[in-house]
Amino acid sequence: MDRVLKVRNLSKRYNKGCPACYRKTGADFDSNICPDCGSVVAAHDVSFDLYAGEILGIMGESGSGKSTAVKCLYFDQEPTGGSATFYDQGEAYELFELNKAEQRRLVNQRFGMVYQNPHQGLNFEISAGGNIAERLLMSDVDNYDRIRQRAVSLLTRTEVLPERMDEMPKNFSGGMQQRVQIAKALATSPPLLFLDEVTTGLDLSVQAAILDLILEIQQQSHTAMIVVTHDLGVIRLLADRTLVMKYGRVIETGLTDQILEDPQHAYTQRLVASAL
Amino acid sequence: MSLAQQFGFLDEYAKKEIRRTSLKAVAIPGYQVPYSSREMPMGRGFGTGGLQLTLALIGEGEVLKVIDQGSDDSVNAVNLRAFIEMTCPGVGTTRVTGEADLIQSRHRIPEKPLREDQLLVLQVPYPDPLVVVEASEEKRKQLHGEADYSRLLVKLYEDIVKFDEITISHRYPTRINDHYVIDPSPIPRWDVPKLHMSKALVLLGAGREKKIYAVPPYTKAEPLAFEDKPFRVEAFLDERGRRRACARCGCDSSFLDEYVDSNSGHQVYRCSDADWCDEQLTRRSAPEVING
Repeated sequence: MDRVLKVRNLSKRYNKGCPACYRKTGADFDSNICPDCGSVVAAHDVSFDLYAGEILGIMGESGSGKSTAVKCLYFDQEPTGGSATFYDQGEAYELFELNKAEQRRLVNQRFGMVYQNPHQGLNFEISAGGNIAERLLMSDVDNYDRIRQRAVSLLTRTEVLPERMDEMPKNFSGGMQQRVQIAKALATSPPLLFLDEVTTGLDLSVQAAILDLILEIQQQSHTAMIVVTHDLGVIRLLADRTLVMKYGRVIETGLTDQILEDPQHAYTQRLVASAL
Repeated sequence: MSLAQQFGFLDEYAKKEIRRTSLKAVAIPGYQVPYSSREMPMGRGFGTGGLQLTLALIGEGEVLKVIDQGSDDSVNAVNLRAFIEMTCPGVGTTRVTGEADLIQSRHRIPEKPLREDQLLVLQVPYPDPLVVVEASEEKRKQLHGEADYSRLLVKLYEDIVKFDEITISHRYPTRINDHYVIDPSPIPRWDVPKLHMSKALVLLGAGREKKIYAVPPYTKAEPLAFEDKPFRVEAFLDERGRRRACARCGCDSSFLDEYVDSNSGHQVYRCSDADWCDEQLTRRSAPEVING
């Protein structure tokens, strides 16, 4: 299998920090705030590999560092330490050593991001089609008709009526906005997609439809995805492998069914038990 | 020390800074170079950016033309010209485009092609084309640095979606030398192609925003557009699809202003560039003079 992403020892700490920060925080201490200096260790020592066509789930409660890890990989935040290598079209990119322009190129063309809140991923000042056009224009497509055609095919695929493509996203329902956001993320056919709590806040039938769509995309395009969620149902349905995080540390990792059927860490056991 | 007025109103340090800024602007085509725009005896927004450039660059024995919307007799042009005449003794003024060494203009570029030995100074109200899509200057600088103008193109896209064509009538975003996109001041679309490979140096000064930038001679200036929706200039077609002509001189290849005739109530079209109109009129009547 082709490796898409290799992450090693990724750390993110807020505030200056002290030598004891990493030693005195984590799941064993039930805290991610350093008792000596008060710095917040949002994520520490996160390592994993991601292969083409695979969906990796990152599960954990609020503040466990799951979103932080993904934001670092998407360059929304700068990590404090660690490395990440992105393998694409025969090249290996050391993500945290790239300059801003190279990072922007990857984000615009090779990565896709779907946020929990459509306001973060979409520009509400411009039409749904314009949002997709923006991403295509960022990757140097400058033919108007080609942009229109691509937007129509993407919206059709994500089950948004193409007749509505020139409407403003604010006229759409929450589920529809999420579909537009997914269409925008897919515009450049990225080999790597980040999904941050994509179904949180949607009603159940819409959740199911969105999850179906994500699975369909994975099967058709062989896109590697990282799914961040606190919802066990989403993990069960989507993820092949899962990382469980707590207080900034990875406390358990393995095949999803293995984790759900035979959780090892006390926290995971509680989590699984509470959901059943 | 003499109490007489300093030549060019500005002190020598100010002029030196503006010249140095202009050199940098020429060296980095399209880049907005910040400078310490001085207080002038007129409100910011009345052409102080262009005026400071003119005062710093003009010298004794040189000839100046000042235009406002194509006319030498508009309020802004008259006042700026009077101020320069007062503060720069020995500088001549003209209305004839071909006779001027330096042309300061608001909203128009003369119809007559400029020469290598001429200099065009444009007054700019809003120097940054990205200001409509990004409010933070810090982020705008980053976008300029990375030549990321996709959000301006999205604006054009939305225009075509809504109106089937690009509706920007003036201040058309134009890419200079394959990198920086400039706001070419409120010149109409008609004038944008004149920047491309212009023989004359074009300097743009924004007094209120404290920026100077340049389109150097023989430099590419390409209006943003889509591959299949090219940039177009104003067509000036009448109801029957024919090109309108100037009611005064008959020229059908110039930028036209629309007036309403106060007697008949009809629309009348005339050349916007007053000197160009005069020249066409003389040229048309010249053969008659010889024959007569």
